[in-house]
Amino acid sequence: MDAIYTLHDFMLNSKNWIYILMGLGLIMYVCWWLFLTSRDEPKRIT
Amino acid sequence: MSQDTAAGKGNLFNIISGIIILAGLVVTFLRFTQGLGGVTNLDNNNPWGVWIGFDLLCGVALAAGGYTTSAACYIFGLKRFHSAVRPAILTAFLGYAFVVFALHYDVGRPWRLPYPIFVSPGTTSLLFEVGLCVFLYVSVLFIEFTPAAFEWLGFKKIRKVVVKLTLALTIMGVILSTMHQSSLGALFTIAPSKLHPLWYSTYLPVYFFISSIFAGMSMVIFEGTLSHHYMHGLMDKTHLDEADGVVLGFARGASMVMMGYVFIKIIGLVSDGTWQYLSSGYGLLFLTELLCFVALPAMLYGIGSREKNLKLIRWTSLLTVLGIVFNRFNISMVAFNYQLPSSQRYFPSLMEIVISIFVVTLIVTVFRFITTRMPIFYEHPEYAEHEEEPAAHGHGH
Amino acid sequence: MQRRKFLGLLGAAGLMTTAVAGQAQAAGSKHFEGYPDSFGVLHDTTRCIGCRKCEAACNTVNKLPKPDKPFDDLKVLETERRTTDTAYTVVNKYETSKGLKFRKIQCNHCLEPACASACFVKAFTKNPTGSVTYDESVCVGCRYCMVACSFNIPAYTYNDPITPKIMKCTMCQPLIAEGKLPGCVEACPKEALTFGKRVDLIKVARERIRQYPDRYVDQIYGEREMGGTAWIYLNGVPSPEVGMRDDLGVASAPELTGGALATVPMIVGLWPVLLTGIYAVSKRKDKIAKEEKRQAVTAALTKAAADAEVKLSAALTKAEVENKKQIEVAVKKAVEESAKQPKTEGEA
Repeated sequence: MDAIYTLHDFMLNSKNWIYILMGLGLIMYVCWWLFLTSRDEPKRIT
Repeated sequence: MSQDTAAGKGNLFNIISGIIILAGLVVTFLRFTQGLGGVTNLDNNNPWGVWIGFDLLCGVALAAGGYTTSAACYIFGLKRFHSAVRPAILTAFLGYAFVVFALHYDVGRPWRLPYPIFVSPGTTSLLFEVGLCVFLYVSVLFIEFTPAAFEWLGFKKIRKVVVKLTLALTIMGVILSTMHQSSLGALFTIAPSKLHPLWYSTYLPVYFFISSIFAGMSMVIFEGTLSHHYMHGLMDKTHLDEADGVVLGFARGASMVMMGYVFIKIIGLVSDGTWQYLSSGYGLLFLTELLCFVALPAMLYGIGSREKNLKLIRWTSLLTVLGIVFNRFNISMVAFNYQLPSSQRYFPSLMEIVISIFVVTLIVTVFRFITTRMPIFYEHPEYAEHEEEPAAHGHGH
Repeated sequence: MQRRKFLGLLGAAGLMTTAVAGQAQAAGSKHFEGYPDSFGVLHDTTRCIGCRKCEAACNTVNKLPKPDKPFDDLKVLETERRTTDTAYTVVNKYETSKGLKFRKIQCNHCLEPACASACFVKAFTKNPTGSVTYDESVCVGCRYCMVACSFNIPAYTYNDPITPKIMKCTMCQPLIAEGKLPGCVEACPKEALTFGKRVDLIKVARERIRQYPDRYVDQIYGEREMGGTAWIYLNGVPSPEVGMRDDLGVASAPELTGGALATVPMIVGLWPVLLTGIYAVSKRKDKIAKEEKRQAVTAALTKAAADAEVKLSAALTKAEVENKKQIEVAVKKAVEESAKQPKTEGEA
């Protein structure tokens, strides 16, 4: 990778990763919540 | 007798909206044949006008009722707001859909609107953030709206699947709304030299987010008032029984949020040391905005909810909505480019205003079309009441 | 109670967002010096005579349309102008405290360009040569770059309905890539424009100020403005007198938006935590309320059953007593009657 000389290029690079991480994070939260609640007693339909 | 006047009103509405839509189509033709130069007063110094200031900024802020209402009902567990959720979601969805529609007029090459996400993402831009979130949130709102359409069409199975996703969609909606409501304010943080110091603040994103909360709540009250006036016959008993409670609850909530907003605005003034500008002409404008359009309605909401004065609350909601429009206009147009001589300042052209009114008319027309056909103000008889409470994070357990 | 909690949490959310934004800004300790040996231009406004030769050269080099009034018509200078979609550079005349002064305007080619930072399709590039160039092929035409630019430089082809685009100075990137001078610098007859490496130009400017302290104000405009620009200026009068704002600050565009951008992932990271927490609390309350209701109903039913039992047994007891009484009465009657009978029989 080329050396980074400007703050703009640095941010372009880091924000690219951050947006990808945000997407992964949201998926991770859904999976984790499902794991957390998977042994809860089944819901009664009210 | 009363039916006659109602029919007359309906006809009048149809005639007026017909004229506006016709005028809008003419300007649409001019816009796409002569360019922005032919129909707008925009120039090189004033690249953003009323199509951004009203259609985008106000449109998004006033469509915030979708996430505030669904969050109050499904996340905070305030079940008595349940009957307000569907109208709020529908309004929000239409609001956002038409924000995107209106953007097609403003940007130079509308067919490239997917470019920031799919072709060349410029992730350092706050506008990228806004674009991505609006794109995702329109999708979320669309899915949240579909159960009403599925009930209308009788698609029971797929409706059940979507209803199970309610909690996940609601949380997603709050996240995306927080992000893009605040980023709309943050758009202006890049230009401290152009926005008047009274409005420029590093807190701009927070101001936009917090004001979107009471903008959305006020819009739910205001729009509910109109719906009750014109579409009373479509509402079921639950909706009518819960309506007053929604108005009172939202009035109290909004008044508290607005007091918080006034407080953080004052904090901003002091922390940036800009209170010295308050004695100038812009200071008067700023104080009018903060005192007459936020602090005053906050008090009126408070008094109204305490005394159960529904009429006062309904009028206050109109005042608050106007205040939001005033604030967004100030930031995007009045206090923007404040340093330019008055001859170089922007004022919208008639054709720009026509398009903005055209878009609002389209929203109202589509809203009427949908509410008179789908179960928005009433619960579909075949789907039992409150069955659609979110089953913990979707997916059957 | 629930509403109060709701609002309290909203408040907490707001505070958290703000605190995070503040921290993110404070943490921006990374520092970038820009491309080494990048080029720039020193504009010495004390040397400029307003001949408009630079404008003419720019027009030719960039193949822009011929203007209505020719470039040797100096009456144009009477009104203040800005860059447009047909003129990448313009010269303006200013009445100053030291008499008439002229200044050339064009893109300043910021070290951290606001247009590039604002662009959501990466249409602007800061090149290693120092120039900032624009790529039409991805541009959507949102004009946020024009909002972002503190120097009001990018212009837009407003009258183009199908393919409008941004027009701005490229510092003659194609020419400098070939080792040639930018058109305007080449054309300047008074050496008011000096092309070179930016680091060298700053030294040249310092030297001129040192040698002629009466001729110049002690400031190199563009050295630090908006994070620094490739074009730098020497003025004989304070910069506002020649139409250059002195209140732009030294923070570059990415620094200005960095705080808000840094908050975004915090929302994604923490909102699900907060919201599922609130959801769990409200669900738990629901459950407790339901349980209490169920217990109350059961209790009521039990009590009702018990009451019924008591009543029943009371009724039974009463019935029994009454029964007994009836039997006793019957027996008594029978006894009495049987006692009567012999008597009547005896009488008969």
